[in-house]
Amino acid sequence: MTTLTQAPETTAARETPARRRRRVDRLPYLLLLPCLVIIGVLLLWPLGQVVVMSFYRLNNVRQLRGDREWPWVGFGNYAEILGDPFFLTVLRNTVLFAVANVVLTMILGTLVGLLLNRLGRRMATFVASCVMLAWATPALTGTIVWKWLFDDTSGLVTWLFNALPDGLSEALFGRSDWTGYGWFNSPLLFFAILTLVVVWHSFPFIAVSVLAGLKSVPSELHEAARVDGAGPWKVFWKVTFPLLRPVFGILVVLSTIWDFKVFTQQFVLAGGTQDRPTFMLSIYSYAEAFSPPPKYGLGAAIAVVLTLILLLVTGIYVRMVLKQEEDS
Amino acid sequence: MRRGAVLRRAALNGAGLLVAAFAAFPVYWMIATSLKPNREIFAATPRPVPAEPTLEHYREILTGNLIPGVTFADFFVNSALVAVSTVVLSGLVALLAATAVARFRFKLRTSFLIMLLVVQMIPLEALVIPLFLMIQRLGLYNTLPSLILTYLGFSLPFAVWMLRGFVAAVPKELEEAAAIDGASRAQTFRRILFPLVAPGLVATSTFSFITAWNELIFALTFVNDQDRYTLPVAMTFFFGRDDTAWGPVMAASTLFTLPVLVFFLLVQRRMVSGLVAGAVKG
Repeated sequence: MTTLTQAPETTAARETPARRRRRVDRLPYLLLLPCLVIIGVLLLWPLGQVVVMSFYRLNNVRQLRGDREWPWVGFGNYAEILGDPFFLTVLRNTVLFAVANVVLTMILGTLVGLLLNRLGRRMATFVASCVMLAWATPALTGTIVWKWLFDDTSGLVTWLFNALPDGLSEALFGRSDWTGYGWFNSPLLFFAILTLVVVWHSFPFIAVSVLAGLKSVPSELHEAARVDGAGPWKVFWKVTFPLLRPVFGILVVLSTIWDFKVFTQQFVLAGGTQDRPTFMLSIYSYAEAFSPPPKYGLGAAIAVVLTLILLLVTGIYVRMVLKQEEDS
Repeated sequence: MRRGAVLRRAALNGAGLLVAAFAAFPVYWMIATSLKPNREIFAATPRPVPAEPTLEHYREILTGNLIPGVTFADFFVNSALVAVSTVVLSGLVALLAATAVARFRFKLRTSFLIMLLVVQMIPLEALVIPLFLMIQRLGLYNTLPSLILTYLGFSLPFAVWMLRGFVAAVPKELEEAAAIDGASRAQTFRRILFPLVAPGLVATSTFSFITAWNELIFALTFVNDQDRYTLPVAMTFFFGRDDTAWGPVMAASTLFTLPVLVFFLLVQRRMVSGLVAGAVKG
């Protein structure tokens, strides 16, 4: 502090009030400038560019470098994907997967949040720490481990199914020997396992957010409801849920956005971009663009469709957050 | 009544243990497998705990060449380089921007905040094609800076969003006192505000680090030479094959996960408030 007072040479000290006010007005913009440039160049420009690219036929990396012309095809790429029954399959996969995962994540996450709120302190800390572990694990390694659990020879799940009494296994699934069973071969099973992996990764965030919400609810409200004879089900829907509605709203929107663009888990579980029956929009766009032969324009069109869907959801989200900011 | 309470407590604790097992088991299994010798990994009956724990898989991935001339450590270094550069750059830029929105009331402030929220929702997966074009034109294809640049853009909006809370939490009076003592704006920021925001900067940087450390698609697309692969790409490439050597894979996974776990512990308490308002997920 003393060094500061000993520096009368600083420009601020010598400025007239008017000059100083003007400078202060410009300062926030100056501070924002690097941030704005980066966001503009690395997020907004590509966002516009992906739309532009979706109107061209781009099948060659030399076109991207600017060495070759871009032939304009208008809505040709869109016509191509919309006319392709496979695109509808992909769209259906994406939507069904997102809905299933949002619902499951929300239910499991909320239940765990409620549970954490009712456990004793030590037990709650232990369970919460374990839950954090699933959350902190990177999507990549988490998926690799699940893949190992479902390995067809030495995976733990395969062993567990083999350990079932043969009669029971036969009656339930029509087979008793699971060694060599391709867990990832049928699209339905693949999606089931992918769901397991994604829910495992994302329920902790919901649980912890719900717990944080619950902590902010005065416990007297719950007690009063219970004294009035309300069961846990009723207490949840009549007391807890209305109070946590804004939190739930944001969590649903965030989960929806995340589950619509699942990529890493899918890529790792499927072992690349070969497994077309299990494609969803993000991996489909990627595969069209980057698997030879490259079709950047077509991939861009698919990416635009994905973006439009998410923009819709984002609109809802931004309105919710702004409302919360106003309230607080 | 008492009996009922005891039973209910037992049921709750039982459910708690079940949840804990579901959440933590895969992580446990990853570490346990990484410590088992091959005959235990591929045994007919899996052992819950390694009977003869060994570090052979760690030795294998750390000393062996995954491809001629390239070791696991090289990929680790590539990833660390990219992540640390991203953290430093995004921390600097975010700090300036966060100061602007937390300390000044100016015309476009609200618009800027809304924009931050919106850009966080852009599906990055959809940007891989145009960014590939940009990287090509800039001549950055097949370089690590292509990734640093990309991750900088991705981590920045959330970093600003998170940091602005930390900046706002520093009492304004401290800066005003310095200003009365004759310090310039730049001086008060540098000597008063920035040191006090340092813990927040650490928390924010952790997010940027995790983003950069975990990223797969862009690393897969922008870098071609194997010796420049980041760890996620190397892992999907070398360990994703049909005939997987699960011991080394689990050892690599453990080493990859470790830094993230450590950093995550640092910021877990900030996670929720930050995430509900912003949006980033690993």
